[in-house]
Amino acid sequence: MIRKISIAAVLTATLALTGCGYNDFQKLDESVKASWSEVLNQYQRRSDLIPNIVATVKGEAGFEQETLTKVIEARSRATSIQATPELINNPEAFKKFQAAQGELSGALSRLMVVSEQYPNLKANAGFQDLRVQLEGTENRVTVARNRYIKEVASYNVLARSFPTNLTAMMFSYAVKPSFTVANEAQISAPPQVNFDKPAAK
Amino acid sequence: MNTCLTRRWVSCLAICFAALFCVSAARAQDVLKVPPVTAQVIDQTGTLTSAQSAELTVKLATLEQQSGTQMVVLIVPTTAPEDIASYAQRVADAWKIGRRDVGDGVVIIVAKNDRRVRIEVAKTLEGAVPDLAAKRIISEQVGPAFKTGDYAGGLNLAVDALTARIKGEGLAQPTARSQRGNTGGFGADWQQMAMFFFIGVPILGGILTGIFGRKLGSLITGGAAGGIGWVLTASGLLAGIAGVVAVVLVGVLGIGAASSMLGGSRRRGGGLGAGPVIWGGGGGGFGGGGGGGGGFSSGGGGDFGGGGASGDW
Repeated sequence: MIRKISIAAVLTATLALTGCGYNDFQKLDESVKASWSEVLNQYQRRSDLIPNIVATVKGEAGFEQETLTKVIEARSRATSIQATPELINNPEAFKKFQAAQGELSGALSRLMVVSEQYPNLKANAGFQDLRVQLEGTENRVTVARNRYIKEVASYNVLARSFPTNLTAMMFSYAVKPSFTVANEAQISAPPQVNFDKPAAK
Repeated sequence: MNTCLTRRWVSCLAICFAALFCVSAARAQDVLKVPPVTAQVIDQTGTLTSAQSAELTVKLATLEQQSGTQMVVLIVPTTAPEDIASYAQRVADAWKIGRRDVGDGVVIIVAKNDRRVRIEVAKTLEGAVPDLAAKRIISEQVGPAFKTGDYAGGLNLAVDALTARIKGEGLAQPTARSQRGNTGGFGADWQQMAMFFFIGVPILGGILTGIFGRKLGSLITGGAAGGIGWVLTASGLLAGIAGVVAVVLVGVLGIGAASSMLGGSRRRGGGLGAGPVIWGGGGGGFGGGGGGGGGFSSGGGGDFGGGGASGDW
C-alpha cells in the first residue's frame, strides 16, 4: 500500500514537474551555459592574439604610443575579471565584463585603423596574418554573442511567461542578462566627417 | 456617441494594422533574403555560362562523393546593406550544409558588384581550412583571377585549393546514407517512428476503422502513417515502411482500440480482404517520398561559427 502511494507520488511529481516546465528550465539553462562558454572561449582567443599584435606593432618605429597603451591597458582590465560560467547569474559582474570587453574591442579597432597609416606594417606579412586572425576572431565573437543572445531570450521567455514563471519563482530562476549595445548614444549620433588633415602630434 | 466610439476603434485598429504592415515591409526590405539551397552552384547574376556552372557543379558533386564534404558556391549581385561576413553567416546558418553526423560544409559567396568574396567554413573544417588559408586562397588565387574577369577560373581555383586541404584532413569516409542528405539521422528517426507506431497508429487506426470499416480505415491509416513518416523523416523509404507497417498493424493484426468493437466474423473477413489493400497504403507512402529526392540537398549538419575569411579584388 505504502509502495503504491509512493509510486503514485513519484509519478505525480514527475508529471507535475514536466508540466510546469521544470525540465525545460534545466535544458535551456544548460544551453545558455554552453553558449556562454563559447563566448568566453572566443574572447579568450582574442585576448591570446593581442600580445602578438602588440609585439609586432611595437617593432614599428614611431608607432602612436597612446593607441598601443590603450590596447594593453584594456586587455589587462578585461582579463582581470574572472571570466567564469557563473558570471551569467550575476548581472552586475556581467555588465562589468561586457564593458571591459567592449573597451578592448574599441581600442583594438582603433589600433587596426591606425596601423593602416604605417606602410611598413602593411607590408609586414606577419602582421597581415595576425590581422586576418583577429578579424576571424571578432567574427566568431559576434556569432557566439548572437547565439548567446538567442539562448538567453528563450530562457527568459520561459522564466517570465505563465505558468512557467511560477516554477521560476519557486526555484528562484532569475532572468539572465544579455548583451546590449554599449555605446548606444554614440551609434545613434550621425558620424562626423572631417576631410581636414589630422593635427600633427 | 456609440457609433463615434466604434468608428474611433476601427480607425485605431486600422492604424495598428498599417503600422504593423509598415514595420514588416521595412523589415523585409532591410536585408537580402537567403535563397533556398537547390544546387551546388547558385548564380543569381548570370555571370557563369551554363557550361561553366555545370563543370563547377560536377566538381563539387565529385568532392561530396569522394570525401563527403558539401561545398556550395553562391554568387549574388550585392549583400548591401549588410557586410558580406554577416550575410554569409546568415546563409550558412540557414543552409547548415555538411553531413549531419560530421558537419563538414563550406560556402563560397561572391558579391559581384561589391567586389567582395568570402569563404565561410563550418566548425568541423576550421582545422583543415583555417582563416589564414582561406584568406590566402582569396588573395592569391581568387582575387587575381576575378580581377581579369575570369570568375569561373577563380572559383575553380578556390574549389581545387579547398578540396586539397579538405582531403588532407582525414574526415570520416562518406557512407551511402550520409551522401543522401537528410536520411542521415537514423537514430532519432527510429525513436520517433517507434513512438509513433506504438501510440499514434493504434489510436488513429482504432478511430478510422471505427468510422470507415476495416478495409478503408486501415488503408487511410496506412496512408496517413506514410505521410506523417515522410514529413518526420523526409525519406521515401522510411515513409513507405511506415505505411506498410501501419496497415499491417491495423488491418491484419487488428491493433486499435475501436476495432475490438467490431464483430468477430467481420474481423476475420477483413483480414483476408486487407491483403491487396496493404500494398496500396504502402505504395502511397512510397510515391509521396519519391518526389522529395533528386538534386542537391543540404545534409543539415554544418555548424558555422564565423570561421573563414573575406577579401576583395
